[in-house]
Amino acid sequence: MIQEPVKVKEAPVELRTGNFEEVIRGYTQEEAIAESTRCLQCKNPVCISACPVNIDIKKFIYYIRQKDYAQAYFTIRQKNNFPSICGRVCPAEYQCRKACVLTKKDAVFASPEAINIHFLERFVGDYGKNNHLDVPVEKEEKFSRFKVAVVGSGPAGLCCAGELARKGVRVDIFESLHKTGGVLRYGIPPFRLPWDVLDFEIDYLKRLGVNFFPNFLVGKTATLTQLFDRGYSSIFLGLGAGVPGFLKIKGENLCNIYSVNEFLTRINLMSAYKFPEFHTPVNIGRNVLIVGGGNSAMDAARVALRLQKINGLPLNTTVIYRRTETEMPARRLEIEHAKEEGVKFGFLVQPKEFIGDDQGALGKLVCLRSELGAPDNSGRRRPVIIPGSEFELDCDLCVIAVGLSANQVLINATPQLKINQDRDLIVNPQTMETSIPGVYAGGDIVGGEGTIIEAMGMAKAAARAMIDSFIKQV
Amino acid sequence: MKILKKSILADVSGLRIVRIDIFAPEIALKAQAGQFVVVMADEKGERIPLTIVDKDINTGSIQLIYQEAGFTTQILSRLKVGDSLYALVGPLGHPTEIKNYGKIILVGGGVGIAEILPVARALKQAGNQITTILGSRNKELLILEEELKNISDRIYIMTDDGSYGQKGFTTEMLKDLLSKDKYDLIYAVGPIPMMKMAAMVSKEYNTRTLVSLNALMVDATGMCGCCRVSVFGDVKFSCVDGPDFDASGVDWDELEKRNKVYSVQEKHICKLKL
Repeated sequence: MIQEPVKVKEAPVELRTGNFEEVIRGYTQEEAIAESTRCLQCKNPVCISACPVNIDIKKFIYYIRQKDYAQAYFTIRQKNNFPSICGRVCPAEYQCRKACVLTKKDAVFASPEAINIHFLERFVGDYGKNNHLDVPVEKEEKFSRFKVAVVGSGPAGLCCAGELARKGVRVDIFESLHKTGGVLRYGIPPFRLPWDVLDFEIDYLKRLGVNFFPNFLVGKTATLTQLFDRGYSSIFLGLGAGVPGFLKIKGENLCNIYSVNEFLTRINLMSAYKFPEFHTPVNIGRNVLIVGGGNSAMDAARVALRLQKINGLPLNTTVIYRRTETEMPARRLEIEHAKEEGVKFGFLVQPKEFIGDDQGALGKLVCLRSELGAPDNSGRRRPVIIPGSEFELDCDLCVIAVGLSANQVLINATPQLKINQDRDLIVNPQTMETSIPGVYAGGDIVGGEGTIIEAMGMAKAAARAMIDSFIKQV
Repeated sequence: MKILKKSILADVSGLRIVRIDIFAPEIALKAQAGQFVVVMADEKGERIPLTIVDKDINTGSIQLIYQEAGFTTQILSRLKVGDSLYALVGPLGHPTEIKNYGKIILVGGGVGIAEILPVARALKQAGNQITTILGSRNKELLILEEELKNISDRIYIMTDDGSYGQKGFTTEMLKDLLSKDKYDLIYAVGPIPMMKMAAMVSKEYNTRTLVSLNALMVDATGMCGCCRVSVFGDVKFSCVDGPDFDASGVDWDELEKRNKVYSVQEKHICKLKL
């Protein structure tokens, strides 16, 4: 008989909505061992091929079982530079856990019985971090004459920098914001990814000799040509998908309608939830609507709810989504957490028009009801509007979380960079090299809204290709 | 990011206009007229956009001018020569389109005068004939008169109270000039009501008018959309699509309302005297 999955400890709901502290507390050693013993150690471990960077999941779980956490850590680190981060933010229920043989056949996402691979990864990552398990550095003198500029300090940039620096390549990271970490800093709230976890990974890179240059917007402060003129052998572009999507409906520029990027940036990067100690303000709604069904929609909802709680307001935050819960792209865990905390959901609802008062402040959102029709390109059933279903929702603050696209500042400044119809960078999928020789790219800048682990996979491929080209030049 | 020089351009009962020179060699090298930087005075501060008024490649410095209008500019003023800003990034936004248009009127109101100075220089250098209208509440608050006089072929000063130059608004003078002669371009920077009025007046005389918008910003690199404005019905981000826009297409009422969205917090934090 298969044992019950080991539940992970979480901060109690009443406490956690009043602050921004981490919600999931992680497994203890005993819990990790208990969970690891549930793993069937399959002959054909399908979980591994479902991982975008093919972590040897079977092996690291085996080591946990043997209480050899160090070996478990090094096993993961062979493929994944940031287990403490990925263990917290990977959408495991769509990847490794979905492939797990304990997931029911034809399930859309992992069944509850599937091994909690993400919690085990996090346990191992945190063990390595807390016990200073440094992966051996194989710096080679021959690479020290090469210098790489990494543009953007998000997941792709950090990963690429680490890969290169460990080989002995000199790396400088350029970041346009005043703090490093990219979306891990400005996008993901600290109750999901605490800053000390991120800072640990950045400090590790600093110890490896990587230099960070914040407040430097490549494309404006210097062009790619000017970077090459400064002696860089190659450049890696990890700019991310920084441009927020809007609904393009009437009234969208009313006051108190935020893009999810603005809302989360004010909260996470600028600490607006600590206003006035921190000077950046954010408005707090009484009737908050979040439009969208992804992870950033869940983050925005949980942030809005916390702002209400901290400011003594009744909790009233609702996510509206045009499909149903099943089609929501968010991690199941985030949806669960949002529900537990008191976020309400309105499914099969499409925004039609925002209505404001004479001061230009948002007051209502006119919506339409929809039903699910035939599947679209994404494979999800397309929402079809029901005629005459118009209704109004009271709403004094709205956050729009409907997808992101690639930042165009550098692309506009660099006409030689070839882009596709979505304005993402075109790269050679093996080497990740762009249309400019010596310029590589990875992460969301080369397509869609990938995950952090996919971004890291691309960054690794780019780093490998750069190393290969350096070997040829030695 | 170190402050090299600091001077008070105007000080009327605590309402000060301040000029600072900041060591920023990379920005100085790249900055063009019409571009701006984002500044954070300290670690807990807001990110605010300020126009690059001047640059000196030899000293590696840029010059910024601001009015102590709100909390963040007051915090900025606490920094002394030798102190460093917490953050400074730029140059941001598109440069103003500089070419030989012919005859140009520059309109600067209040601290907006600082923003027309670099554009005036560049347009003069491109061979344009420059007529400048400067406006301020009173004589004491008028800034950069000498600098602009040296660049301009003609200059007119307007004050609200008539304490200097002529009594009245810059846009009254603008209308007067447009009624007498034909101009090829107007470039106007100042408070929103002034730019809005300039847009109306120039439309009447069918003269193209550019304005530099002062929308609220956070990252100022196109990432957040806080600075979105409607121009000819399209949503534009002031930070990456601007800051210059054709005045006749700007939805001024929307911009004015959006810029007041944090006025309650602003009052509150100013009162706290942190």
